[in-house]
Amino acid sequence: MTLDFSTLLPYSGEIMEGLVTTLWLTVVTTFVGIALAIVVAYVRDLESGIMSRLLGGYVEVVRNTPFIVQLFFLFFGLPALGIPISATVAALVAMILNLGAYTAEILRAGIDSTARGQHEASRALGLSRLQSYRHVVLVPAFSRVYPSLISQCIIVMLGSAVVSQISVFDLTYAANFIQSRNFRGFEVYLVVTLIYLLLAVGMRRSFELVGRRLFAFRQGGSA
Amino acid sequence: MTDFTLWDIVRNLLLAGRWTVVLSLIAFVGGAAVGLVLTLLRMGGFKPIRWLIRLYVDVFQGTPLLMQLFLAYFGAAALGFDVSAWTAASLALTLFTSAFLCDIWRGCVEAVPSGQWQASRVLGLNYLQSMRHVILPQALRLAVPPTVGFSVQVIKGTALASVIGFVELTKAGTMLNNAAFAPFTIFALVALGYFILCYPLSRYARYLEKRLYGAGIR
Amino acid sequence: MALVSVKDLHKSFGDLEVLKGIDLDIEPGEVVAVIGRSGSGKSTFLRCLNQLEQHDWGTIHLADQRLDGSAMSPGELSQNVGMVFQSFNLFPHKTVVENVMLAPVVVKQTPRAEARKIAEEVLDKVGMLEKVDAYPAQLSGGQQQRVAIARALAMDPKVLLCDEVTSALDPELVGEVLLVLESLAAEGMTLILVTHEMKFARDVSHRVVFMHQGRIHESGDPQTLFTQPKTPELSQFIASVL
Repeated sequence: MTLDFSTLLPYSGEIMEGLVTTLWLTVVTTFVGIALAIVVAYVRDLESGIMSRLLGGYVEVVRNTPFIVQLFFLFFGLPALGIPISATVAALVAMILNLGAYTAEILRAGIDSTARGQHEASRALGLSRLQSYRHVVLVPAFSRVYPSLISQCIIVMLGSAVVSQISVFDLTYAANFIQSRNFRGFEVYLVVTLIYLLLAVGMRRSFELVGRRLFAFRQGGSA
Repeated sequence: MTDFTLWDIVRNLLLAGRWTVVLSLIAFVGGAAVGLVLTLLRMGGFKPIRWLIRLYVDVFQGTPLLMQLFLAYFGAAALGFDVSAWTAASLALTLFTSAFLCDIWRGCVEAVPSGQWQASRVLGLNYLQSMRHVILPQALRLAVPPTVGFSVQVIKGTALASVIGFVELTKAGTMLNNAAFAPFTIFALVALGYFILCYPLSRYARYLEKRLYGAGIR
Repeated sequence: MALVSVKDLHKSFGDLEVLKGIDLDIEPGEVVAVIGRSGSGKSTFLRCLNQLEQHDWGTIHLADQRLDGSAMSPGELSQNVGMVFQSFNLFPHKTVVENVMLAPVVVKQTPRAEARKIAEEVLDKVGMLEKVDAYPAQLSGGQQQRVAIARALAMDPKVLLCDEVTSALDPELVGEVLLVLESLAAEGMTLILVTHEMKFARDVSHRVVFMHQGRIHESGDPQTLFTQPKTPELSQFIASVL
């Protein structure tokens, strides 16, 4: 077998375009998905009733079905119901719903481990449940589950490769495109896989950097 | 559309669903076997091996499963083997599973308090004896819930085999949809199929976890 | 007119009756030390006073206003009754000054600038002004507890409840916290303290309440109570702790 990467060079534009799409999908998903999770975790954990049950159902459905099926359902299924949806929007919605569901569960684990004393102190100071969640519970809960959160965001970024299957021009779509032109599947996929690996490493690094700033309070030492 | 009754769709999906189950079993059993060997090697002292296994785990955890499938499929072709979608999917999913299980299990072994190592060494047990009689039994208890939990990811992972043409539940869904064009129903049914497979495992994993870590909060 | 007036307070946890009818009136500016063995109900009593525990029977009045049941919102309650905990319970992700400002800003809607001024005042009072921007993890236990006291004071409560506030501290750090409490007492703050510090109870409090098996077994001014206990239970208790 001979590997020939030179046939890839003419396609660097496509790779770049795909990379940009993968990146922005990931960034938007990370922010919106985490915001969604904050709401879902609050309702699931601290409220009861129909809303909480509905959101519980949402979380279970997302966690127990493959991403690709969710994607097909949104992209092919919704238009059939008369709800038009573009490939990009379907991809984004599916990714956000995914990250939201998993992160809500991760966050709840962090909320559950909040010491009783924290709740009591905020009650004694007169904070309402929502105020206590927002000001007292949320940040330490995030800091406790941050490593899982990083992994989850990376999993969603890697999972986004699947959006190529509904013709979103992401990194994987670029790979498929190039492969169909130069018939050098192995080389193309090898290079693109490596790009994904670098993205994953880069994401972990950036998250850790942000985490150190965000959760500086955890480090002791003299003031 | 008129040619397909709901029952036709369900029957075809059920038939294809068998292959989802079979592929999941292959990936899980194969992945567990490879993962176990990797875990044991990794716990051993030899540095280069530990480093290599870590790289293996990081690469599989840091790249899309879809790419791993493509590489298995096209890579084998590039090496001159004409592999079927079956072989490529089994191989990729097995390796993928082994990497994740190796990582989960390493965590479990490390979670056994170091005092347990020290106590067994003081009693004169060597590395293998300590591992076999003291550490592994305790690690095993810790390992069951996350392992069951990960099996859900394996089942969901098999859906990607559809992309390289392996006819399982998801592929059957897209093929049926091309013929019957009832995407909402078909993909809802496909999702339901996975849910039926995965949800009990998720629940069981959570139950095991709760039992392991006491009554829990909820 | 009593500031705090407790009548026939009962509280059970399941089958266990922890408070079996507590009656107590506390005057403004009074410092009351509640002592007793663990399990005597003294902490539960204190926690009923700011409704961290809901009692089953009886009433609690604060300056003629009923505070139990749903008579007072948590927000109102916190502006009347402050609490300091054994384990500090500072919010780990907020700096010292943020800890103190949180409730005034969020609950009382005090403008931030004003809240900051209040925070600095109370922090000065407990001698923690230099550490305004430190995080709790960077402080010693005694310093954390002083911040917790400041945090409670920032709501300008009429009564301050102290639940074994020195029990989690290393012995050498106890003094600085007691000193703060002593100065609060001297300023006329109404304090109700559950405490194991008998010397403090004797020297600083105006009245000592000895709880035993869910009731107030004996109470009186500290000198008499410690030197001439009337009941064998109190003599035994004093003997065991001194």
